[in-house]
Amino acid sequence: MTQELIVHGAEWTEKLLYVYPNEYIYWSIQIVMYPYMTGLVAGAFVLSSLYHVFGQKDLREMARFSLVFSLALLPVAMMPLMLHLQQPLRGIYVMFTPHFTSAIAAFGIVFSTYAAIVLTEIWFVYREYFVQQTIALQGKEGLAHRSKRVLYHILTLGAYNTDPAAIAKDKKAVKIMAAIGIPVAGFLHGYAGFIFGSVKANALWMSPLMPVIFIMSAVVSGIALCMLTYIIIMEWKKLKATLAKGRGDESVIDIRGAEMDVISKTARYLMMFLVAAISLEILDLIFRGYTAMKSWDILRSVMFDADFFKIFILQYGLGNALPFIMLLLPGLTIRRTAVALVLVLFGVFMMRWNVVIGGQAFSLSFEGFMHYHLPIIPHDMETFKEGLFGALTVAATPFILFWGLNKILPTLTIGNR
Amino acid sequence: MSCSRRKLLKSAMTATLAASLPISAFRFLSPAECRAATGTEGTRWVFLIDTNKCVGCGFCVKACKKENEIPYDAPVTRTWVERYVVTEDRKTHIDSPMGGRDGFIDPKIRGEELVDPENIAKTFFVPKLCNQCDNPPCVQVCPVGATYQTGDGVTLVDREWCIGCGYCIMACPYGVRFFHPVHRVADKCTFCYHLISKGRQTACVDACPFGARRIGNLLDQDDPVTRIIMTERVAVLKDEYGTKPQAFYLGLDRNVR
Repeated sequence: MTQELIVHGAEWTEKLLYVYPNEYIYWSIQIVMYPYMTGLVAGAFVLSSLYHVFGQKDLREMARFSLVFSLALLPVAMMPLMLHLQQPLRGIYVMFTPHFTSAIAAFGIVFSTYAAIVLTEIWFVYREYFVQQTIALQGKEGLAHRSKRVLYHILTLGAYNTDPAAIAKDKKAVKIMAAIGIPVAGFLHGYAGFIFGSVKANALWMSPLMPVIFIMSAVVSGIALCMLTYIIIMEWKKLKATLAKGRGDESVIDIRGAEMDVISKTARYLMMFLVAAISLEILDLIFRGYTAMKSWDILRSVMFDADFFKIFILQYGLGNALPFIMLLLPGLTIRRTAVALVLVLFGVFMMRWNVVIGGQAFSLSFEGFMHYHLPIIPHDMETFKEGLFGALTVAATPFILFWGLNKILPTLTIGNR
Repeated sequence: MSCSRRKLLKSAMTATLAASLPISAFRFLSPAECRAATGTEGTRWVFLIDTNKCVGCGFCVKACKKENEIPYDAPVTRTWVERYVVTEDRKTHIDSPMGGRDGFIDPKIRGEELVDPENIAKTFFVPKLCNQCDNPPCVQVCPVGATYQTGDGVTLVDREWCIGCGYCIMACPYGVRFFHPVHRVADKCTFCYHLISKGRQTACVDACPFGARRIGNLLDQDDPVTRIIMTERVAVLKDEYGTKPQAFYLGLDRNVR
């Protein structure tokens, strides 16, 4: 071999029995991350809309928080796609020449529509705050204050009216945006499911239930992540209050009470969506077994042999059943909830893994298997991008963005006032 | 803004005159001119594989790799040959080492399983290549339209426009697509479009010493390949996906995947 050959996928694919020569695990960890991250975006948005549209008062605290979080997650939904493209610089062609028979072609349009809705809604939610900040920072000295004032000044977009009538209009606009946002968020993620569900060549993916399963699990993961981040922030506040004023101080007890209240209420919604997601997945599985089409033999051997641990122990057991029981048992504590939430997030991640990687675990010939070995220590760009560190980069980005966004759009202080 | 009738007519006239110059640069083509320009009318390329004649020499795979500049030692290929060994216990053993490029010199299947010759019920070779489907799922799923079907039925990839998402690779039920190791875009068998569109044979057809591979024009009633497809019992691979494959097989066994 004279030239260095990079056969995409050969690095991490192990073939067993008869697999067609060109078959490799072409869609690897980043394509697991992609529906996972879009799922979190959609889920976070739906959670905020439950308050804005359906007036679920118990979610009031959560609503702003999850709305800004969905903005932080938004650019990250695109990241794994870019990282997995063989020609990332050409990614923009999807916008230039969208080929509408392809499910991926809609991405640009759906994604931008969704981004516009989220940004608009946030603007209406925070407009009053922008105006207040611009006035409050007026005349303050220092570069930080001045640049902050300029920023808020720009963010108001020249709309300074804070009459009760104008504020009422803002609220109405938020409601409308949130209402439009729900189907769009559903579509954004439902079509991620469609990308897989419509691949007729893949026996595991092809199912009309796929988009619905994806939406349900998306909402589950979105709610879980919002709750978890909320708990972490509240715990941090509590810790700060405890350090400053002592354990038994009124403010500490206040924070604790408020936190438990929000969490136990949101947990109910989480469980509802979890039940829906699991029911659909089980239905899909039963149907495949019962109809026993040509592909069932190979699917069965993947599910019940090769991937049994990943599907039934990690995904359904550890990721679904266990946290469900944990949340259901009486005397719910913050610590128990946090553990359950981590498990739920892990369960949804395993679901994505088992769909994306599991769908490529068997050959199109139905006569062989492929094993995926996640590259851990990268030795070139490809093994970084499509390896553990690439995935971790994607997973860490929303939190960094959220931290930055929180400086401009405080999610929790407003609610307290 | 008000606009009098006189002014409207005047502006309309100006606009017409201004537009007529650039528009005159375009030429209207008659349907016949169009047909001649595209040159694909009346042609539908199809492939005919006679599995009875294939001996698994791998010349086709070698020729294809060289003709189409697919790195010789890369474990991807536009065409390949599969060996099927069906034993008396009705088990099927399949392999295709390096796509069958170097022939099947090792009696061991995948270099590990040794089948007892006494135990073999039947054995045969099956060459595979792109089926140039009439309803190609790979074209359907390409998000940027980089893969397309020509008028004469061949599916091609635009290397300058492919973003390398791999959706087409996932969508093909035959596993004929892969990422080109050098160009890093989707790649597939083109029926040697650069040759057949100039009246020549594909590299694999040229290289086959036994006439197991043939290419023809389905719309030409006198084409010998068309005659065979029309008059003999031919089969296609994986009909159930609705892709309408256009690579026809003679002597296809039910064990073929």
